[in-house]
Amino acid sequence: MVLKYVMAASGAAMLLYLVLHMVGNLKIFFGADALDSYSAWLRTLLEPAVPYAGVLWAIRVLLTVALVAHVGSAIVLARRARAARPVRYVHRQPVEGSYAARTMRWGGVIILLFVVYHVLDLTTGTLNPNGVHGEVHANVVADFDPSRWYVTLFYTLAVLTVGFHVRHGMWSGLQTFGRSNALTQRALKTFAFVFAAVLVVGFLSVPFAATFGLV
Amino acid sequence: MRLHLKVWRQRDADDRGAMASYDVDDASPDMSFLELLDVLNEKLTVEGEEPVAFDHDCREGICGACSMVIDGQPHGPEKATTTCQLHMRHFSDGDTITVEPFRAGAFPVVKDLVVDRGAFDRIIAAGGYISAPTGSAPDAHAVPVPKDQADRAFTAAACIGCGACVAACPNGSASLFLGAKITHLGELPQGQPERNSRVLAMVDEHDAAGFGGCTNTGECAVACPKEIPLDVISQLNRDYLAARKARRRSA
Repeated sequence: MVLKYVMAASGAAMLLYLVLHMVGNLKIFFGADALDSYSAWLRTLLEPAVPYAGVLWAIRVLLTVALVAHVGSAIVLARRARAARPVRYVHRQPVEGSYAARTMRWGGVIILLFVVYHVLDLTTGTLNPNGVHGEVHANVVADFDPSRWYVTLFYTLAVLTVGFHVRHGMWSGLQTFGRSNALTQRALKTFAFVFAAVLVVGFLSVPFAATFGLV
Repeated sequence: MRLHLKVWRQRDADDRGAMASYDVDDASPDMSFLELLDVLNEKLTVEGEEPVAFDHDCREGICGACSMVIDGQPHGPEKATTTCQLHMRHFSDGDTITVEPFRAGAFPVVKDLVVDRGAFDRIIAAGGYISAPTGSAPDAHAVPVPKDQADRAFTAAACIGCGACVAACPNGSASLFLGAKITHLGELPQGQPERNSRVLAMVDEHDAAGFGGCTNTGECAVACPKEIPLDVISQLNRDYLAARKARRRSA
């Protein structure tokens, strides 16, 4: 039972990061300088109280801890769920559970694989066609070039998966912390849906803008 | 009505079990599903076969004894209906209907469609009660209960402990059952003294019995023949968190 709270709390931490990440991404619409200087600012944040890129690394460490806790708990809980039904039904179709709820586990695996690719692509620059540190705008534009439509497609699928994951995860987390009742249940579900939709639109606007040459 | 039944047959707890096909040619639309099985069993008995074992008791939808998954849904496709109150008029002539026992590691099959739901009794024994002092009974209205709390307690108390929530849950969790008991007793003044110890002990017993964790898919509340609302799980989670905090303070 405690693991469910670990899932909810670590999920909430990563969700907060997603919001900040999306807001940061949208700086691309204010021009190349805005994005590149924002990236530089992230590294000089709170200097000289903390060393160069100190805040950034603190966030990275916290995110890694949250991710390990989230995935670790998910694995234990999934194994427990499997053990709780050793003999499967011959015939049973889900009635209520949404597509989002049913794809939490495998969707999570897809998101994890995407995050690995994403870090190698736009953080380390290893898999990026431009891949120059600090040239954030140039990296993004090169990444989502129309000739690399498959990258844009992969990002789109991954972001949609994140959307589904957030839609059920956010509502589920609120329920885990006991923040729902008969009156607020519908409102919370709607809120989770809108939240997920905003994230999807926010995140997808950047690669599509790059592909269609708007930035 | 002519119906084809695919029924789970399992000699005993150690048998592997398999689906078996049967035809019932003289079903009436006014029969309940249990009466359909009665007719099938009469036929099997005449033919010298072992009748299908299934749990049943009151046959009026209030005891929670019947426990089968009909066409992939606990208690069948009708909303807010137990198997004994499910009438054959909801099926069509010539239908093929699959019948399986409730599936959960914590509900081992005893025979055919009969499962051992003793795990629920152990959860109740862990804390799903109110310790009453001895002596004469207090006056019924000595302790006032606000109307909305009384209503919510009553809604939760409608749980008959049939286990359909576990059967429907993709994780084999009994959270809806747990939540119903926690809400039922937690909304009433008589339930307050043991509120914290109750939720801790019942959750421990639930996890130890081998039920899975809740992922809030909502399958349980749809399957529940007594329409226990999903928000009792939210209540359970909140009470559990509060009880853990209280225990840390007193430790």
